[in-house]
Amino acid sequence: MPTVISVENLSKAYRLGQIGTGTLTRDLSVWWAKLRGKPNPMLKIGEKDHGNRDGETLWALKDVSFSLEQGEVLGIIGRNGAGKSTLLKVLSRVTAPTSGRVRAKGRIASLLEVGTGFHPELTGRENVYLNGAILGMTREEVNRKFDEIVDFSGVEQFIDTPVKRYSSGMYVRLAFAVAAHLEPEILLVDEVLAVGDAEFQKKCLGKMGEVAKEGRTVLFVSHNMGAIEALCPRSIMLSSGKVIQDGPSKKTIETYLKTADSIQIEDLAKRSDRKGLGDIRLKEFYVSTDGKTSTEILMTGQPAYFIFRIEPPRIGTSCRFTILDPRRTAVVHFNSSISTAEDEITNNPRGTFICKLDKLLLSPGNFTVNVLISEKSITQDHIENALAFRVEAGQSDGRVTSKSSGYGLVIFPHKWIVKD
Amino acid sequence: MVIEPQRSLLDLRLGELWRYRDLVMLFVRRDFVSVYKQTILGPLWYLIQPLLTTITFTVIFGNIARLPTDGLPQFLFYMSGTVIWTYFAECLTKTSNTFVNNANLFGKVYFPRMAVPVSILISNLITFAIQFAFFLVFMLFFALGGAQVRPNAWVFFSPVLLLMMAGLGLGFGIIISSLTTKYRDLRFLVQFGVQLLMYATPVIYPSSSIPERFQTLIKLNPMTPVVETFRFAFLGAGSVHPLDLLYSFGFMIVIVLIGAVMFNRVEATFMDTV
Repeated sequence: MPTVISVENLSKAYRLGQIGTGTLTRDLSVWWAKLRGKPNPMLKIGEKDHGNRDGETLWALKDVSFSLEQGEVLGIIGRNGAGKSTLLKVLSRVTAPTSGRVRAKGRIASLLEVGTGFHPELTGRENVYLNGAILGMTREEVNRKFDEIVDFSGVEQFIDTPVKRYSSGMYVRLAFAVAAHLEPEILLVDEVLAVGDAEFQKKCLGKMGEVAKEGRTVLFVSHNMGAIEALCPRSIMLSSGKVIQDGPSKKTIETYLKTADSIQIEDLAKRSDRKGLGDIRLKEFYVSTDGKTSTEILMTGQPAYFIFRIEPPRIGTSCRFTILDPRRTAVVHFNSSISTAEDEITNNPRGTFICKLDKLLLSPGNFTVNVLISEKSITQDHIENALAFRVEAGQSDGRVTSKSSGYGLVIFPHKWIVKD
Repeated sequence: MVIEPQRSLLDLRLGELWRYRDLVMLFVRRDFVSVYKQTILGPLWYLIQPLLTTITFTVIFGNIARLPTDGLPQFLFYMSGTVIWTYFAECLTKTSNTFVNNANLFGKVYFPRMAVPVSILISNLITFAIQFAFFLVFMLFFALGGAQVRPNAWVFFSPVLLLMMAGLGLGFGIIISSLTTKYRDLRFLVQFGVQLLMYATPVIYPSSSIPERFQTLIKLNPMTPVVETFRFAFLGAGSVHPLDLLYSFGFMIVIVLIGAVMFNRVEATFMDTV
């Protein structure tokens, strides 16, 4: 397969600090320098500490290189501020890179945000043409695909109504329908799948798969690991503007889940707000996806381990912990003293407690853990907020979980029976 | 296709703009359709605006200040000035907001940014055509009433004059729009500056009424010969100076080039500053 897009040492710098120097004369001289030399982009506000600062300059992208063959679907993952969106912005030519280059064969189209350029006063029909043209389609192209677009959007009845009268769902559907029929050689998708209802999301995912099968190349940015795993055979992970890993999605997602920016929780050893007798102390506590390495990120539907080490080990100790949501509501409680035959509990002095979950059934979001260590029903160590972790969207029984909050905290294994 | 940090200064990519001509026309249509939506009088505003301005000018400058009008009916004199000046002023002020007003759109998707100012020139041209036709109706009316109105061969030169006005408006507009990405203050100065420039142009007075010592000054203004020639072509009063026209034309070319280069430079990275 021929290479359709190759990114070579792409870098993008933002200068930090005040816009301008304060005086017009100095600004004018700077501006002259800019006119003659390289474009010198200024400031982007916000976005703290990415660890990729270089004096006054923040490198949103630094020497990013990769190439894609025709028909490849590449997932791009990384924390907020890792450079994912900047990469897509440069690729979609919204902003110019500072150095490096991109060679691409064919049209690059982005779904950075659907509905770009929709005018509320214009009818659906007029907006389809306008939006199509903004995205780079010619009038004949839109003419040819018009019926298909309207069909896909499901708003045929209202196509001659000004879009300001549309519900937000209809609006998004129509906008996505236009974007989905662009037929670019290279498609950039950024999180758009988060919008719309479940049925529509499915339609979108289907469309992306279709696009890939037609031999087009797709770059897909998402926080939804489930969607990435389902759609992209290969993924790259960005961190501080650099490519940390490039390879099969499964591997890249693993790396992503392990390396996370920490949720601020004080070190266990330094905690002074613990309660209990104190003869036994919790020395180490972490979560893990494989039972060995520590992580701060778990994934819905994937195994999860909660690992506790106490000192000194004693006979008859037990471990209890509660997982709480950000509103401090207890979501679920675990207690090692209520045991079943499946538990493996030693009668020797107990030093390590491992609570193993075959499938984590928490919805995506942030959680904290309260821990209580007791010896023969006497509380030895009680720590609130001993640990924080995040759950990322994944798949549960083949269902992709929603990343958006507000749909509950837990997921139940289930099946639907729908009859006529 | 190659995405690189730097383009050469004069690589204006006009071919690309041509490929997006459908978009330009759709922008024109959008501006047209949306402007007077939800107004009672709708498109009638295209006629009411110049009419009201003309009446105001006639009352204030004609009847109260008693400025001379080269022997023309005051109403026609001010209306011709208003209609012509409005085209230039609208081109300038609207294009000068290109980046700031479209930041949201430009931040999401790429298309040649020049499509926006070009579409503004075209939609203003349509407005001008409507208003100018309106002016011609009044001209006919006055001529039938026996007023001294003498259209002449210079009428055929008016497309060039239109081009010059469009070019000057565009040039100044995109220079300002490029600068406003950083200096927002300029936005407030534009309205005032255009107003001031109008008084430095023979819109509400004929250039013949200007004292000799200010003649050079007023001729430095590239809009002066354009307005004067336009008025001469249709009303037959005033004067035409080919050399002055040539100066204006040269000025227009230079300003458009400077503007295009600056615009081109800014469009690559302005998303980082807005």
